[in-house]
This record gives sequence, C-alpha cells and structure tokens, in this order.
Amino acid sequence: MIEPQDTPTDQAAPALPDLDCAPDVVMPEVIYEGDNTIVNIGPSHPSTHGVCRVIVELDGEIVRHAEPVIGHLHRGIEKMAENRTYLQVVPLTDRLDYVGSMYANWAYCRAVERLAGIRVPERAEYIRVIVCELQRIASHMMAIGPAGADTGATSAFMYTFWQRELVVDLFESLCGARLTYNYVRPGGVSFDLPDGWIEKCREFVAQHPAAMLEIDRFLFGNVIFRARTKGIGVLDADDAVSWGASGPVARGSGVDWDLRRDDPYSVYPRFDFSIPVGDNGDVYDRTRVRLWEAIESCRIIGQALDGLAEFEPGTIKADGMPRLLAPRPGDAYDHIESARGSLGVYLVSDGSVRPYRMKVRSPAFCNLALLPLVSEGYTLSDLVVILGSLDPVFGEVDR
Amino acid sequence: MDITELREHLCGQYPDLCPLFSIEFGDGVLLVTSDRLHAAARDLKDLGFDRLGMVTAVDFGEEFELVYRLQSREMRAGIFVKTRVPRDEPRIDSVNDLWAAANWQEREVYDMFGIVFDGHPDLRRILLTDDWVGYPLRKDYENPTIIRRPDYL
Repeated sequence: MIEPQDTPTDQAAPALPDLDCAPDVVMPEVIYEGDNTIVNIGPSHPSTHGVCRVIVELDGEIVRHAEPVIGHLHRGIEKMAENRTYLQVVPLTDRLDYVGSMYANWAYCRAVERLAGIRVPERAEYIRVIVCELQRIASHMMAIGPAGADTGATSAFMYTFWQRELVVDLFESLCGARLTYNYVRPGGVSFDLPDGWIEKCREFVAQHPAAMLEIDRFLFGNVIFRARTKGIGVLDADDAVSWGASGPVARGSGVDWDLRRDDPYSVYPRFDFSIPVGDNGDVYDRTRVRLWEAIESCRIIGQALDGLAEFEPGTIKADGMPRLLAPRPGDAYDHIESARGSLGVYLVSDGSVRPYRMKVRSPAFCNLALLPLVSEGYTLSDLVVILGSLDPVFGEVDR
Repeated sequence: MDITELREHLCGQYPDLCPLFSIEFGDGVLLVTSDRLHAAARDLKDLGFDRLGMVTAVDFGEEFELVYRLQSREMRAGIFVKTRVPRDEPRIDSVNDLWAAANWQEREVYDMFGIVFDGHPDLRRILLTDDWVGYPLRKDYENPTIIRRPDYL
C-alpha cells in the first residue's frame, strides 16, 4: 500500500521576496481615441532585422506612426567596460556590431591609442584598412541581400551571401574567427597576414566588382524591386543632417559626408577612391549606395595591398607596448567610418588600468531614430523594407 | 571659418571661458556653465556646427559632466561642449529644438544617468524597461547581478 505523500497544504506559503520593482517613473497614461489600429510587431519578427519591436499605428494599411522599442539586446557593454582592463574590453567591442566587428575593434583601439599616445606601425595601419574594407563589403552584403528578400527577391540573398562567405573565409584564415574577430588590438593587429593570404585577397577583389554589377543588373534593374523601393521611405538631406544620420543612410539622401575623406584617419589620404552619393533619399538609393561602396572598397583594398609590399613583414605591433595599459588621466574621442556610419568611441581615463567611462557613439542607434520619420505615410509592407534599408544591427543599437 | 577663427570668435563671445577653450587634435573643447549651455549650443549651430554627433555624461561623484560633440561639415571640424550639473539636482536644458538627433541620445543619458532634460518632448527610458530601478551608469549603482572582476592583475 502506498502511503500518501505529505502534502504541505496546511503550511503557509513562503513569503515572496520583495522584488523592489516599484517603478520610479510615472508611465504616461495613454488613452487612445481614434479609428486607427495599433499593431505590435516583434520583438523578434523574422523580417525586423534583429530583436526589435515596432509599435505601429495603422490607418487601414497606411502607417501613421511607427515607434521602435529597443533595448532587447542591451547587455550593458559600457558598464562592463568599466570593470575590465583596456585590453579586456576589445572582445566586448566585437559584440557591438556583430556584422562588422572589425569596425568596433578599430574605433575602440584608435581611442585607446589617442589616450595613451601609442604610434601604430604603418604596416598595421595598412592591414587595418584592408580588413575594414573587406568588412565593409561583408557588412553591405548583409544589407543588400535582405533588401531583396524583404521585397520577395530571395535569390539576391544567395548571391550576396556567397560574396560574404568569401570574405568571412579570408577572415577565418587570418584570425581563426568568422564573426567576432578580436583582431585589431591597441597598438596594432594581433597576427600578421598568413602565407598566401594576399593572393587569396587579390582573387576576391578581382571577382567582386563583376559580381556586384551582376547584382546591380538583376536586383536594382528588376521591375518589382524598383517598384517596391523607388520613392519609398524618402528622407530629405536636411532631416538626415538634423537627426545625425550618417553612412549610407545619409549619403543616399545626398549628404556627401564620409569620414574617410572628410576627417581622414589612418592611411586613407593615400588612396584614390570616390564616395557614391544618392539623390532621392529613398530605399532604392540607400541600398544602391551600399552596392557601389562595396565596389569602391575593392579599389581601396587593391591599392592597400600594393602599398603593403613596402613594409617589412612582422612589424604589426607598436614598440614598447606595456602588458597593462594605464593611460594618462583625461579623455579621448575617435571615430571611423563604419559600414553603418560614423562610429565613435569616447573614453575617459582616471589613470588606472580600467576605463573610467566608455561611450560608444553608435551610427545604427542614430539611424534607427529616423524610422518614425521615414515610415510615416507608407504601407505596412513598406515598413519592413524601410527598416531594412536603415540597416540597423541591434547589437550596436542596444549595446 | 576654420578652427582658429572659431577660437577667436568664441573668445570674443565668452571672454571668461576663453582660457578653457583648447584645441586638441583639431577638436576644440568648450567648457560652459550649465545655464549657458543652450545659448552656447545655439551659437555654435549658427556658426555652422550642423551635426550633433554625440551626447553623453560621465559620473564624477559630486557632479555629472555632460559631453556634447558637434561637427561641422563646412569647417570639417569637431568641437566638444562640456558642462557640469550637480548630482543632487541633475537638470539641463534640452537641445532637441536645435538638433533632432538629441531626441534619442538625451533619452539614453536620462536612462543611464537620471539627468533630466528640460524641454525634451518625450523623456522616457529607452534601452531599459520603464519600471527599471536606478540609473546603471552611475558609479554608485548597485545590482546583485553585477560581479566585480577579481584583481588578479
């Protein structure tokens, strides 16, 4: 005979711990009056390009207001950086823009180098330019392909991902990682180029423009894609400047502003390249600017590979780099042109081995703030296309 | 107008602040008192600083330092505007009316530091949830999930 188990029914339930979650902000009481429908998209709808939630007010199918709700991927990287040494922060920066990790590495390292007064060998600067331009190509492939997929042209996704795969293979043979590279370090880069890498890179650069022109023809010349993207999500140049938009989002609207040329850093003044600029500010122009930037990046990489031959292999790290950096008390800001726009890192040092404060000026954050402005008046199906054309990467938006 | 002319202009406009204006690596740094921040920002915007690159804050114990980075496409220059607000009453005028970019950036500073921007149209938390307690980037913020890395260095 099975004895009935002691069930603690007569015992009082344990008191719940005090969660201390009293809100310290008074929520605005929203009373909605009107015929419009409120639709909640997300937080992880597949076509929202990341963990984003958009609250959309719809009048029929027309978007009257779209409000992005962000922060689902907030990991507190700025707070975590205050708890690590300067070198330990570099892997954290990989996790900011996980489609273009090299940029965050580089922007952070430039800020550290400015703070600590480190001079980087020229060979390392050339390698940084090469990997970052490759990264720009890889990152733009992640914008162009999904732009096709958003409008129903899934084949473009396959073509651009093939090109991205070639770049990622190059990175894998360079530093062993395919997504979070931790390659650019304060004072230089972590490894020199392996044997045969330059030839493989040249092969990639040689075939890439032709592949881009093919995509230009079959995607940007496609009548459905043009109908879905031309005149959609129009952003005018004044708004782009006022809202702090940068990168292809600003250049698609005709704002001719690129830090590689207008606030030159590293060895960029030595290269000959042009900055593609759109004029309509619609989804089509923003996406097409990315495609032509990828072709220009190939030109820069070719010139940088030629220039690399002048420098002795192995000189990739600054002399006299201490194992533990303790820069002067003070602050430093540096920014680079990432695939999404001007990515800046602001560092404050109190003279100790850990940053006192790190702030990442994220281009994706500023570009995403434009979503309510550019999506108003278009249809719900256009909203996804517009969000994709702003190319937000939520690791960088939420930090 | 280049950066040295800008310096002369600002010295004429803010004579008491002139010694504080320095040019570091082509970037000017202008320190103003918190009540003059909005006027200084307006003045700089009129001078051609059409982009607000960054708004952030740093916790210095008794005071918070607010850091604004402005950029001019025409001058190809950047300038920092810094001001300090007391910790017990952190308030500052919003610059959202000058640059729309301040909208989200000031919300983020409010979210992380609890600094109130007067005149901001929509001052709510942005990255954290609305019922979050405390301001995480303040140095005295405590949360049991934050574990200090051991000093094994």
